[in-house]
Amino acid sequence: MNAPPLSVMNLEKTFGGGRTLLGQVKPSVHAVQDMTFSVEPGETLGIVGESGCGKSTLARMLVGLLPPTSGDIEIEGTTMSERAGGPADFGRQIQYVFQDSLSSLNPRKTIRQILEAPLIHLLGMDAATRRARIAELLDAVNLRPEFLNRFPHEFSGGQAQRIGLARALAASPRILVLDEPVSALDVSVQAQILNLLSELRKVLNLTYVFISHDLAVVEAVSDRVAVLYFGRIVELGRAECVFSTPKHPYTDLLSRSAPSVGRPLLRTEAAASELPDPLHPPPGCAFAARCPRADDLCRSATPEMNQHTETHEAACYHPID
Amino acid sequence: MVTLRLILRNRLAAFGAFVLLAVAVISLLAPLLPIADPDLTAPANRLKLPFSEGALLGTDHLGRDLLSRLIWGTRLSLFVGIAAAVIAAVIGSAIGIVAGFYGGRTDGVIMRGIDMLMAFPYILLALAIVAVLGPGLLNALYAVAAVNIPFFARNIRGVTVSIAHREFVDAAKLAGMNGPRIIVSEILPNVLPVIVITMSTTIGWMILETAGLSFLGLGSQPPQADLGSMLGEGRKLLITAPHASIVPGLMIFAIVMSVNLLGDGIRDALDPRLRSGALSRPAAATLVERSDIPERQAGDALLDVQSLQTDFQVGKRTYKAVGGVSFHVKPGECLGIIGESGSGKSVTALSLAGLVASPPGVITGGAVRMGGEDTLSMTGDELRHIRGKRIAYIFQDPLTTLHPLYRVGDQLSEAIRCHRPVSRQDAWEHAVSLLEQVRIPNAASRAKAYPHELSGGMRQRVGIALALINEPEIIVADEPTTALDVTVQAQVLALLDDLRRERNLALLFITHDFGVVAQLCDRVAVMYAGRVVETGPTADVLANPFHPYTRRLIDCVPELGGGRRILSAIPGLPPAVDDLPAGCAFAPRCDKVSDACTASQVALIPSGARAVRCVAPEGRP
Repeated sequence: MNAPPLSVMNLEKTFGGGRTLLGQVKPSVHAVQDMTFSVEPGETLGIVGESGCGKSTLARMLVGLLPPTSGDIEIEGTTMSERAGGPADFGRQIQYVFQDSLSSLNPRKTIRQILEAPLIHLLGMDAATRRARIAELLDAVNLRPEFLNRFPHEFSGGQAQRIGLARALAASPRILVLDEPVSALDVSVQAQILNLLSELRKVLNLTYVFISHDLAVVEAVSDRVAVLYFGRIVELGRAECVFSTPKHPYTDLLSRSAPSVGRPLLRTEAAASELPDPLHPPPGCAFAARCPRADDLCRSATPEMNQHTETHEAACYHPID
Repeated sequence: MVTLRLILRNRLAAFGAFVLLAVAVISLLAPLLPIADPDLTAPANRLKLPFSEGALLGTDHLGRDLLSRLIWGTRLSLFVGIAAAVIAAVIGSAIGIVAGFYGGRTDGVIMRGIDMLMAFPYILLALAIVAVLGPGLLNALYAVAAVNIPFFARNIRGVTVSIAHREFVDAAKLAGMNGPRIIVSEILPNVLPVIVITMSTTIGWMILETAGLSFLGLGSQPPQADLGSMLGEGRKLLITAPHASIVPGLMIFAIVMSVNLLGDGIRDALDPRLRSGALSRPAAATLVERSDIPERQAGDALLDVQSLQTDFQVGKRTYKAVGGVSFHVKPGECLGIIGESGSGKSVTALSLAGLVASPPGVITGGAVRMGGEDTLSMTGDELRHIRGKRIAYIFQDPLTTLHPLYRVGDQLSEAIRCHRPVSRQDAWEHAVSLLEQVRIPNAASRAKAYPHELSGGMRQRVGIALALINEPEIIVADEPTTALDVTVQAQVLALLDDLRRERNLALLFITHDFGVVAQLCDRVAVMYAGRVVETGPTADVLANPFHPYTRRLIDCVPELGGGRRILSAIPGLPPAVDDLPAGCAFAPRCDKVSDACTASQVALIPSGARAVRCVAPEGRP
């Protein structure tokens, strides 16, 4: 089996649409358009983008919480149509870690009940095996065993994220989709969780899809990075190349905008720059209105992904050299 | 147990519980009580008055003992009311949960059916049901239950919809649970309190409705007594023997009143919003209780804060959110306050203009001098005068600070007209010019937009425009860019920086982001557990931090361009501010800790332009 753990082909998601009773077309939003990428075993693919770029929609489709409109997601060589059962069917292969870990824990269940759920429903373990597995999980995420009988509201954000991580790991998945796992945490705790994630990846030989809006965090954990803008991948490549030598003007703008010690405030961009209206997307490149390099071609036709080096591609007619 | 105590603390609810309990116990014990047979007629003794011999409450038109009939009737009415409530709650909640959880077409079909049921007046519907089934107490019970099903279904559906979109339901799906199992194990426990609340507030209605049907002769059939039929029989003799209808009437009144009082008490105790004090109105200004006021210091500071202390008193606990914070800001200067969540930075900012909610907030010490005047000594009116005029705030999420139902231009003009006597037209023009000053493109047309029609960055610009209206001297910006995307954040930061330079504003900038502080602020104060642990010029502090916390916090922040790496982390958690250690609050997490750190308070020791609260500062032997 040489199939990559996760590969995505021409994935699309449209919200809304259809017709009303009177036959009028309802407005629709293309949240994810024509996404194609794959993740290698043991790799961390970072996905960066601003709000509204479709990164959470993508994550929810990857784990089966949202059905795609078209396209296919292949997990360990199994295509979408072969996994008709929804998350119950492939929860043993791919799991999801939520941004707001506290709200992902049922306030009326103890930590033990929360951790047992995937063991019972995905693996069908008996009580004794479950107890051993839970002890193992708590140890993996550095939590004390006496936490098991407490309720979620008794935990801080960092601890809750560890519990969320333990739950995701419970069914021994090969792939974790991490949706902004540290953006709700303080920096000192954020570093603890990021380090734990990288340790777990090595020990358990996991493959990560790491979604974040924070470029520095993504760079610190990722092998490769995909930059999303307005529902499309605009640049994909090795993490070190994407941020140091960006090809797409949007990636360039992103990395220059990130506030950083020792760099003056960015004042280049015109104040008018806003995301296009998702209900009435412009023809051509969605970034054209904000782009200093845009010309008539950009405003009329959507650019395809272009290979720049073996591992670096960008969807731009006028890439930065 | 806590809930029970909360209910009983509410005096009216306790009274209701007492009355209801007494009525319930008496009617439950009916078979054991030494009372006459309720159905035994004695025409010779008809219509005896209350307190006559052998009949405490008198007798009815057939000479039956009213006391006995009342107790047995109450027993029946209570039983029917409660049974109807339980049936309606179970069926209605089940419908509501299924509709709310599955949504879409299921929801549409079920709820339209419920809507149709609700379109009939309830008494008409109940009459129709009884007409079809035939009169009788059991049929009346079914009718009352059926009539109340829509009420439960709609209430519970609403709650379920909000719970079904919570993340833990997604998590349950990922854990391999199917729909019915999620409903039982994830949704139901969270909906149950609402079902109980709804039930406790409707039982009274159900009893009343059953009595209504019996009163019309459609419920209990003679000779069986329930409160409604007793009332119906007594009605015919209302003039000659009023006691025959007053006695059951008073009982209905007592039961329904006590049920409603208790139900309201249960609702208040269980509803998380009411519990957290949504009904308690905070005072117009934060309560100030300080024993002495620090002397005014010499200097040219516009804002001078001296050992400010703000506590939150919740129950028996006192949370020292701000534990003696001092800083000053000069005109045209930007001071950054940086800290993690819970470090007290926002409470510090809100304390400056008495904006901390009281209760539970109390300012227990220190002084805040704005141009020499102590704001903490001001009355509510004086404070209102300086808010907006001298000191203005910009908050994190303008979507929550802007009114959703007014156009942004109207909100700006309203604030302008509130402080200055200008015409509507002038105020609107001023509002548009303010929007231009915060660089909103097409300001004239954007002024007519509602807040939700603007992007996050544009909304925050409106928030800044609101703060600028009365040309304040000091602007306090509390994490104004945290909710924004990085590209938009850069624009808003650049705008704030330009504004303060153009207008010589003093800017107090509260953030958790070192990058932002480095780009915007002249000086920085680092807060930890309610105290400033280090302060100084931004570049110096960031390049060469004195306090171990500052140094290690800076190390935690990943910097773009650093490549893939292991980050340094600070083990442990910040201390709870209701249980601070005697010495340095950072000592338990510090790798340089010594006995001197834990023994007693560490003072903030100045050295030149900087100051540090540490016994063994970095970079010194």
